[in-house]
Amino acid sequence: MGLEFIDGNQAIVRGAIAAGCCFFAGYPITPASTILQYMLDQLPRSGGVALQAEDEIAAIGFCIGASMAGRKAMTATSGPGISLYSENIGLATIGETPLVIVDVQRQGPATGSATKGAEGDIQFSRWVTSGGLPVIALSPATVAEAYELTYRAFNFAEQFRVPVFLLSSKEISLTRETVDLDEVNLPGVLERPRMEEGEIYQPHAFDRPEQIPALSDFGAAQVTRYTTSTHDKSGYLTTDPAVIQEMIDHYAAKIETAVDEICLYSEDLQTGADQLLLSYGVTSRAASVAVDHMRSAGKKVSSLVLQTLYPVPEQVIRGALAGISKVVVPEMNMGQYRLEIDRLAPDGVEVVGVNKMDTTLISPTEILNQGDLL
Amino acid sequence: MSDTVYRTYMTDELGPLPFCPGCGHERLLKELNRALIQLQPDPSSVVIVSDIGCIGLADRYFITNAFHGLHGRSLTYATGLKLARPELTVIVLMGDGGCGIGGTHLLNAARRNVDITLIIANNFNYGMTGGQHSVTTPSEGVTSTTPSGNIETAMDLCAITIGAGAGWAYRGLGYDNDLAERMVEAINHAGFAMLDIWELCTAYYMPRNDLNKRALYEMIESSGMKVGLLASSDRPSFEVAYRGRAPTGSAPKELISIDPDLPHSLNSQTGIVIAGSAGQKIRSTATVFALAAILSGLKATQKDDYPITIMTGHSLAEINLSPNAIQYTAIESPDYFLVISEDGLKKTTPWIRGLPATCQLIVDSELSIPATQANVQKLPFASAAREIGRLSIGIIALASLLAKTGVFSIEALQQAISKYQSGQVAATNIQAVTKGEQLYQAG
Repeated sequence: MGLEFIDGNQAIVRGAIAAGCCFFAGYPITPASTILQYMLDQLPRSGGVALQAEDEIAAIGFCIGASMAGRKAMTATSGPGISLYSENIGLATIGETPLVIVDVQRQGPATGSATKGAEGDIQFSRWVTSGGLPVIALSPATVAEAYELTYRAFNFAEQFRVPVFLLSSKEISLTRETVDLDEVNLPGVLERPRMEEGEIYQPHAFDRPEQIPALSDFGAAQVTRYTTSTHDKSGYLTTDPAVIQEMIDHYAAKIETAVDEICLYSEDLQTGADQLLLSYGVTSRAASVAVDHMRSAGKKVSSLVLQTLYPVPEQVIRGALAGISKVVVPEMNMGQYRLEIDRLAPDGVEVVGVNKMDTTLISPTEILNQGDLL
Repeated sequence: MSDTVYRTYMTDELGPLPFCPGCGHERLLKELNRALIQLQPDPSSVVIVSDIGCIGLADRYFITNAFHGLHGRSLTYATGLKLARPELTVIVLMGDGGCGIGGTHLLNAARRNVDITLIIANNFNYGMTGGQHSVTTPSEGVTSTTPSGNIETAMDLCAITIGAGAGWAYRGLGYDNDLAERMVEAINHAGFAMLDIWELCTAYYMPRNDLNKRALYEMIESSGMKVGLLASSDRPSFEVAYRGRAPTGSAPKELISIDPDLPHSLNSQTGIVIAGSAGQKIRSTATVFALAAILSGLKATQKDDYPITIMTGHSLAEINLSPNAIQYTAIESPDYFLVISEDGLKKTTPWIRGLPATCQLIVDSELSIPATQANVQKLPFASAAREIGRLSIGIIALASLLAKTGVFSIEALQQAISKYQSGQVAATNIQAVTKGEQLYQAG
């Protein structure tokens, strides 16, 4: 491909198609609308289907149907649309449906500022649906990462049969950058585990709780079932408490036992540093400038940038906190991910937030000053 | 094709149907079974998508695929299933409750015309949750939430779906003798087809409203709603029409790669702000400028700011250029700041007031700027643009900047315009580059 000058939404579409996405449905919303536009133009070229739904509920409903019929599916929206996806995200969880959900975050609550950036949906993605079961949420910081993490989101969705969030923001999705997507290292494309033809099919079969049940597409040789209700391994409604608990443990275990595999991050730990900058998303770019500035000024500082926000990379965070007396967490929200750091930080470690929700990026200077890092 | 002959599509492995004695759902499902027996599809090629409500208990009694989703959303899953695998026969079972909560999906499924068959088991109230009123509860109908009689009007489901474009619509009673044949016709219809089937809810609506089989006939007559086949057209289904219209061939032009081979003069990151009005092509101008920078071996970022309105208000682009990777995409301290319209000036006035002396502020001559420490130069961008084309003002200003600073070559900007813009826009912008260069030299 060579060098290009594209924005995050274009990169998301390219990453999705590279991962094998062949179904997209969305409802127009700034700043996610161009994903719908690009998908309408690009998916049919490789035999896929992209369409505009009557609302966000229909958009994710189409995707769940298409995914269960064997198509890798994605939908994209912003915070207001995630609210409307909520119930269906629960359905995708209980139905073990591979699905990629892009949230191009904008300033909320409610309609907020449609064209302004924010990172206000972090804990929202984690607790988005009734039941509170674990989700996977990835957060790109650059256009190249938007490409890479969209691709990886599809792999995780297929591998674990779960909905996966890509938490982009206006500041990545609508900002153009020089990229060479050929230089992005990608793993191989993963496909969901599929049932052998001719077997009697159990849509949620597992021996060990963390095991991923093989899927049979609607339309494959064997008949299959899908249900929103508490169900057994055969997909039949059950009210048996033991079976219900076994299924719930399964939904949780398949993610909780794979944390190491799911957790993506980059760390730049400096020997002897007692301060740590912990960041994610577009704000990590200002953090990176702040780190360079501190080191130029002779200060020692470590940096941890998370690409996977959920499941929380607890071991990685604890490791980065070793020997640290102060951790600074800059976020374009009122301190959502800091909650995770608060619970992981050992006694005596000061956890400092640099927080802003005025629609503008947190600058390197704000991190240095409000984090009292110099 | 399998040689298997299916004598039934229902199974009693899970025991008898779970409905109250006399409930209309049982007869409806047996008619659906008769329809399937007549059609003889492979069970694995049929999906029964069931909504929430008593009718949602039905799918497990069939040997076909079953998809039981959220309340009111069954048509959305059916749409996804059918578009993903057009070879599937997709049948939706929904109650009158689903027609309320999922009303928009009903209208849009009719309008969209994906080949789905919708069977509505319409018994005028919510049987599963205690007999509350629904969108089809008749006027004066007594339910647990209309104890003194319904003061709302019953929705004519056929009329609204036909109004929304349904190609095939039928209304009848659960007692009709030809129901299975009608279901066969609906399933065979190559597009959205709906049957609004009126039934008795023996647990709630029937006892509260002295309804019986005979009264149901009288009710449909006195409702003023039409019965029988009410729409039948051969409009192509969405999935057929889609393949005829969707783009084909290779990826669009925007994905052309860039080979940098021109010089630049930057040693460090440089921030350029251009502030103008919506409708002045600020964003596409900033993009072609950044592409020119990339042709010159630089890295670039472009961050835009504009209101939700498209043709009014400000439009602002922040462009960072650097020989190295760019981290922070906003600009804390701009090196160059171009203001080319009143809207842009208004939006950036607080910023201009605080600009440092290191910043070159280049402003259209017709604008009055606030006091600032920045190094100000005024150039007649607007009047120049009036000569060659109003939408070229951004290019004129950026070409002046290049002439002044030599960040990269004028030639790169010309190349980028020729390569990434086309037609009259490219021709005018090439002129605008020359004009911008002249403005700086004259100024």
